[in-house]
Parts: sequence; C-alpha cells; structure tokens
Amino acid sequence: MHRRILAGDRLIAAFLTGCALFNYPLLSLFDRPSEIFGIPLIYAYIFAAWALVIALMAWAVERHFK
Amino acid sequence: MLEAPVLIAASLFYLGLLFAVAWWGDKRADQGRSLIASPTIYALSMAVYCTTWTFYGSVGRAAVSGIGFLPVYLGPTLVMALGWIVLLKMIRIVKANRITSIADFISSRYGKSHGLGGLVTIIAVVGIIPYISLQLKAVSNTVSLLLSYPEIVMPHRSATMSVGADISFYIALILAAFTIVFGTRHLDATERHEGMVAAIALESVVKLVAFLAVGVFVTWGVFDGFADIFDRVAAHPELHTLMTAIPSGQGYTGWFSLVLLSGLAILFLPRQFQVAVVENVNEAHLKRAAWLFPLYLLLINIFVLPIALGGLLHFSGQGVDADTFVLTFPMSQRQEGLTLLVFIGGLSAATGMVIVETIALSTMVCNDLVMPMLLRHNRAALAESKDLSGLLLGIRRGAIVVILLLGYLYFRLAGEAYALVAIGLISFSAVAQFAPALIGGMYWRGGTRGGALAGLSAGFVVWGYTLLLPSFAKSGWLPGDFLAQGFFGVELLRPQQLFGLTGIDEISHCLFWSFFANIGAYVGVSLLRPPMVAEATQATLFVDALSETGQGGAVLWRGRAQVSDLQELVGRFLGPNRAQTAFAAFARRHGRDGDSTPEADAKLVQFAESLLAGAIGSASARVMVASVAKEEPLSIEEVMHILDEASQLRTYSRELERKSRELTAATLELRAANERLQELDRVKDDIMSSVTHELRTPLTSIRAFSELLRDDPKMHLPDRERFLGLIVSEAERLSRLINQTLDLAKIESGRADWNGCELDLKEVIEQSIAATSQLVREKEAHIEVDLPDNLPLILADRDRLIQVMLNLLSNAVKFLTPGSGRIRVSLSHREDGLEVSVADNGPGIRLQDQELVFEKFRQVGDTMTAKPSGTGLGLPISRRIVEHFGGQLWVESVPGEGATFRFFLPFAPEQSPGGAPQVA
Repeated sequence: MHRRILAGDRLIAAFLTGCALFNYPLLSLFDRPSEIFGIPLIYAYIFAAWALVIALMAWAVERHFK
Repeated sequence: MLEAPVLIAASLFYLGLLFAVAWWGDKRADQGRSLIASPTIYALSMAVYCTTWTFYGSVGRAAVSGIGFLPVYLGPTLVMALGWIVLLKMIRIVKANRITSIADFISSRYGKSHGLGGLVTIIAVVGIIPYISLQLKAVSNTVSLLLSYPEIVMPHRSATMSVGADISFYIALILAAFTIVFGTRHLDATERHEGMVAAIALESVVKLVAFLAVGVFVTWGVFDGFADIFDRVAAHPELHTLMTAIPSGQGYTGWFSLVLLSGLAILFLPRQFQVAVVENVNEAHLKRAAWLFPLYLLLINIFVLPIALGGLLHFSGQGVDADTFVLTFPMSQRQEGLTLLVFIGGLSAATGMVIVETIALSTMVCNDLVMPMLLRHNRAALAESKDLSGLLLGIRRGAIVVILLLGYLYFRLAGEAYALVAIGLISFSAVAQFAPALIGGMYWRGGTRGGALAGLSAGFVVWGYTLLLPSFAKSGWLPGDFLAQGFFGVELLRPQQLFGLTGIDEISHCLFWSFFANIGAYVGVSLLRPPMVAEATQATLFVDALSETGQGGAVLWRGRAQVSDLQELVGRFLGPNRAQTAFAAFARRHGRDGDSTPEADAKLVQFAESLLAGAIGSASARVMVASVAKEEPLSIEEVMHILDEASQLRTYSRELERKSRELTAATLELRAANERLQELDRVKDDIMSSVTHELRTPLTSIRAFSELLRDDPKMHLPDRERFLGLIVSEAERLSRLINQTLDLAKIESGRADWNGCELDLKEVIEQSIAATSQLVREKEAHIEVDLPDNLPLILADRDRLIQVMLNLLSNAVKFLTPGSGRIRVSLSHREDGLEVSVADNGPGIRLQDQELVFEKFRQVGDTMTAKPSGTGLGLPISRRIVEHFGGQLWVESVPGEGATFRFFLPFAPEQSPGGAPQVA
C-alpha cells in the first residue's frame, strides 16, 4: 500500500517536473542560437528533458508497482 | 514499379492483412485467450493518436515553425504521468456502468440525460469532421503524388472539380466500407472490439517503422548525420529561425496552449477514449503504457526536424509542399521500395485514425442521438419489432458513411486553405470543450445537468465562432470581410480578435474565450440550484469511483417489474438468444437457478439496465427499463442513505476479511508453537527416562562400595583405598553425566550460548592433543599428526570445538589396545571448508552400529561384559556442535582395522537445524 502511494506521488512529481521543463520560463533559457554536439540547443534540450520525464515515469512505475 | 495497379494491390493487401489480424483477434477473444492482454499492445493502440498529422503534417509544421510541431506530443506525455490517477478513474467508472462512449459518460454522469448525450455527440461529430478531412487530404495527396511518379507534381485541386472525378471521394467511400466491415461486422454491439485493437496496434508498429526508415534514410543516406544537416542550414540565414526560436507567431502562450490542448485531446478525443478507456482489458496495463506510449511519441518525432530541414534544403525553390516531404524525399531519390513503405505507413496512420474515430462516433450517434429520437417519436414502432439488433447495426453503419462524407465535404470546402496540423488543431479545440463537464463531473459533486448543458453549449458556440467559421471564411465559402470587420460589421465581434483581444495566436484565442464561456457557464449554472436525485446519485457513483469504499453493489431502484418483460426487452436489442444466456447466467450467479418467480427484484432490474446500456447507451436504457416497469421514485435522502449503507457494508466486510485473515495467521502460529512445545516435551521425557536409568548405574556402584566400607570396619587398607578410588571415579562419572545431559538439553532447546569467532583450526587441534597427552601416554599409544600450515580461518566457537576434539580423541584412546595403539589426526582443505579426521587402529565399529554411536546413551560394544566407561553423550553432543556450524560429523570403519571419525566445517556456515550460528 505504501509503495503504491509512493509510486503515485512519484508520477505526480514527474508530471510537475515535465510541466516546468516544457514551458516558459525554463524553455526560454535554452532559446538561444547555439549548438551542442552540432545540434541546436533548444532541440537538444527539449528531447533531453522529454527523455528525462519518460525515464522518471518508467522508474516510478516499474520499480514500485511490482 | 509504382504504377496505379501496384499501389492498389499493395493497399488492398495491407488492408487485407489488417482484416486478418482483426479476425484473428476477435476469434481469440471469443476463445477467452485475449490477443491484446498486454500492456505493450495497449500502449501501441494508444498510438492511434499519431495520425497522418504526425506522419506527414509534423514535417510540414516543422518546416514553418521549427520545434513548433512538438508541444502536441509533450501534452500527452504529461497527461500519461497522471494516467494512473485520471485514466484509472475513468476506466473504473466506465467498467462499473458499462459506458460505451464519451457522450454516454457525460450523459450518465449528469443523471442519464438524453439532451446532454445528444449535445456531446453533435460537438464530437462536428469537431472531429475537420480531423477526418485531414486524413482524406493526406491520403489523396499521397496517392496523386505517387501516380505522377517519377515526376514530383504537387496535387492541384480546383473547386469546380466534379465529385465523380475526385480521387478523395473514392478514398472516403473505401474507408467507410472498410470501417463498416471492420467495426460493425457482426452483432456485438455490446462488446469491445478486440480484433480492432489488435489491428490498430499493428498499424502503430508499421507507421513507426516507416517513419524511422525515412528518417534514417534522409539523415544518413542523403546527408551525413544530424550535425551535417544543421551545418548546411547554417549557410541559409532564412532557415535560422527554425532552429533557434519558439516561432514568433506562436510565442510561449501558443506553445502552452498546444501543450494543454493536446493533453486534453489524449483524454477526450473519441478514439482515444475508445482505446484507452473502453477497450482497456486490464487496468494494470496503464502502468507500463504510462511511459511506453510517451516513448513511442518521442521515437516518432526524432527525425521530424532533420527531414523538414533536409527537405527545405533539397527542394529549395521547387514549390514542393513541406507536408509531403516524407514521401517526396524517397521519391526524388528514386527509392521505390522506401516510397511504397512510406505510402503504407501513411495509410496505416490514416486508416487507424478513421476506423477507431468513426466507430466511436457512430456508437455515439446511434446511442445518444438516433435512439433517443426513435424512442421519443416512434416508441410504438419500436415496441412491435421483436429484434432490434439489426436496426442498431444499420444505424451505426449509416453513421459511418455520413461521417466520412461530411469529412469529405469539409475537405472540399475548407481543406485547401490549411496545412494538415492547422486542421487538426481545430478538432483538438472542439473536444477540449468536454474537459470542464467531464473532469468537473469526476471530481465535483455539485455539477448539474443544466450546468453541463450550458457550459458545453457556450464552449461549442464560441469554438464555432472563433475557429470553425473563420476556417470557412479563409477558404472563401464565407465572405472574407466577416473576418476583418466582424459579425454585422461590429468590430468587437471580429471572430479572431473577439472583444478586441489581440496579440495571441488563433488557437490560444479560441481556447481562452471558449474555456472562459464553458467553465463560467458550467460552474455558474450548476450553482443556481442543488443537484436533483438522479444527478446526485450519479455524482456520488462517479466521484467516489476510486474510493476504498466504492458504491458498487448498491441497489438504487424501487418498483415492480416482470422478469419476462425485462428479458424480452433486452432480447429486442441484443437478440433473444443472448438475452436468454445473460439472464440464465445472472440467475446462476445469484443462486436462483430454477427459481421461477415472475417478479424481478431490484438487482435483476439493474442488471438488465446495464446490459441495455452497453447496447443503446445509459440514457436510452433508463427510458426503456422505465417503460416496462412500474417505478417508485426514490427521494434524495433515501438514495444517500442506500449509498451510505452500501459503503458502510463494504467497510465492515473489508474489516471482517482483514480480521479473519489475521485470525487465521495467529491460529497457524499458535499451532506451530504448540507443536514445538510438544516436541520439546517429548525430548525432555526421553532424556529424563534415559538419564534416570544412566544415573542409577554409578549411583548403585557408589552405594554398594560405600555399604561395603561401612559394614566391614576391619577391611584392609589397600582394599579400602581401591573402593574409595572407585567411589570417587563413579562420582566423577555421575557429575560428568549430569553436566553433559544439561549441555545437550541446552543445545537441543536452542538455549546454548555460542561464542563465534574466527579461529585457526590447527591451533585448536594442537591444544586438544596436548590436553589428552596424559591419556595417550597411559595407554602407551602413539599419536601422529598431519596439520598443514596457513589454512584459512573458520568461524566457530573455540571451546565447543575443543570439546568435540577432546571427545573424539578420548573416544579413540578408550578403545586402543594398550601398547600397540596408534592414532592419526589430520586436517585437510576442501573446496568450501576444512575436514578433520581422527583415526585409530582399535577394534572398529560394525556397519550396523555406525549410526547408533551418535544416539544418546548408546554405547556400542558388548555392554554385558564391558563396564561402560563413558556417558554415551559425547558423540551426540559433538555431532550437534558440528551441525550447529553448518558441518557434518560421521564415522568410517572396517571392523578389526580401526575407526575413523571425520568432521567437516564449511567456511560460510548456512542455517543449521539448531538455529543460525550466533556470532557474539
């Protein structure tokens, strides 16, 4: 029971993290004409943040609902 | 190889394959071996979200607004994180109430209202039509493009083109036919569509593979990796804005609107509701889908920007529409196989969407629009017909054709003025209007039917005015000055600057005003009056769906009805045979087999209503059941009372279950403890009887010698000394016996003290040999040792091990022939422990006695003649000590040649029968 509650809370945390990462103003910090490994910064940032949120969700779900 | 016949053959083959998968899925479902009972399939079926909008449109969007194509995938990702909360609740509600569509859901929540279900259906149909036209546009564009292969000619349409000459008209018809065959083949109006879900999951795989294939081809086949594409773009200043900024026309407000809108769409699009909620097999699948589906979205988007930028570089100045880059890129490179794969991928994206969406919409149209009208105006005609299931299917099929033709009509009217994504966003904004009534309904008891009607209507009207009508105006079907000067020339009413609101994009503009009107009306009207009985009842059922004390099982009906009437009623919609089976199963489940009471109880009435609800929607089911039963209305207090009672009953029974579980566990523990006690008791008794017997022997000797001494005062001194010596040695034996008995009892009951430490076995053995050297000398025996150096340390109790060694050594000495005895002590290293052996050249032990020596008070040998010289407890104690440290003690012997006692101690002691080794 406690694990389920913990997992649920972690998913909500992943949701809030995503809300913050995917929107203004954090988004605007990466809205600059520079590149990282030859890839535009904003493009790299969004995909990295996206993958991070998915990883968080997978971690919360796969580890703690078992 | 891309001529028309090849294309047609490939398409038909692919559609046939889908059909076969669906057929197989249905067959497996009938056999009870569901093909789709897997979280992965569930997640893939959710990917029906990715339509041609994603497959072709994203690249088009990216070519105009850079990363502006992404927010519609971030929204669903975020909502899936909340899926375990929101979607789970929706699934529970849908399963408990046999809800078949989103219109049914909202209508059921607000007191099974016909009006509300109809309104939701109209909004959904009108709202989704642009989305369906998007699929038609994409497919007909790709077909036209391919027909002119190897040239790349942008499809051109004129408004005057006749319908008969229009390829997209035929595509609409083919899709309609395919959907009808797919979704409304046979009479399972009440069941879920397992075969369809299996086919959709396959389509999701196909479109992902196709898109990734183009992405890889463009990125590494045509260009030299991501960095190469971005490097080349650097030389084109006009493309820089695509890579650096949130597009200026959209801004962060527009970005946020799209995230929000798409997050709502993933819940409220009729097809998403269908696959994620209605078709859900097992709610546990939500867990994995929560991250698998977002991962799918991420994968299908990785190559969008490279393809868009690559296309802009490659087709620069050739007038190729960016919405077609995914197809025209492989075409321009003469990659025929890849081109065909892309075409099939696009077809997957389109058919998947059209099939699920139109099936969901047709169910809504049938249950929430047409059936209520028939019930109102043609009740008599319906009552005459014995079997209406054919009518139900007919209505659904008709609805599918009409919806696709409306999609075609919209495409003809407005499709040319917009890119794919812009069309899709119009639909997203429409279904977002369901959010206040639906989410409010799941979490707020106060929402009423009036509030929901007002909110939905207001939101829908504002959406139509600010987004749908402008789309007509932009394509020339409405006067253009409507946009510029507003309704009747009133500037404040300009549809895309309503009341003078400017500075945000049209989607954010529509979203703000429509939500303002929608939420305002919903909350405002709901607060005007308290909920009525039906509304309050449903509100409780919906809002408390997840609570531990859910209301399932509450019977909220009072009245009189006949079983035969109910069965006939259900039979008219489901077919008489299925009704018969369902009623019989219900009777069996409730132990009323053979009970032929004509009167139906409330449970059966509710069961019949839920069966009907699956076929014709909850509102119509309510009306139909009311038509064959005499009902007495319940007051709101009664309803609340019943619900409370049911929930209390649940709490009690849960409590009872928990208590009884605890009780069972306690009983088992008690029984085990009792058995242990009895066992200990038995051991104690055994020892007691043996001990008393063994104690008697030395006591008898002591007494006999003492009496001799007392009775004969003139006894000679040497005799006297001999007798006294015997008395002393017997007394010693007696105290040894008592000590060892106590020792053994302690070990066996697990109360012995063990002091574990790492010790050098060699040193222990040497110490023991030194301690017994006097004994050995007395027997004039010879002792040999073989103790290698530098053996690993072992974890054991030093004193106890010395006790074991002393025992074995003194035992060996005891049986030696004086003068010629030899003892050999050796220590050797085994794979996982050390082994010690003590060998003598005494008489040996017979095979049948080799286990007996380890029994308590058992001294082998001729007990009649030889006076016992030990206690009979040394070996049993030694064996228990060795076993305590996870080892073994045994004897090997050939009679006449001596005996060898060996024991083995492991390096890592495991749990031994006497309890875990205690390391103090």
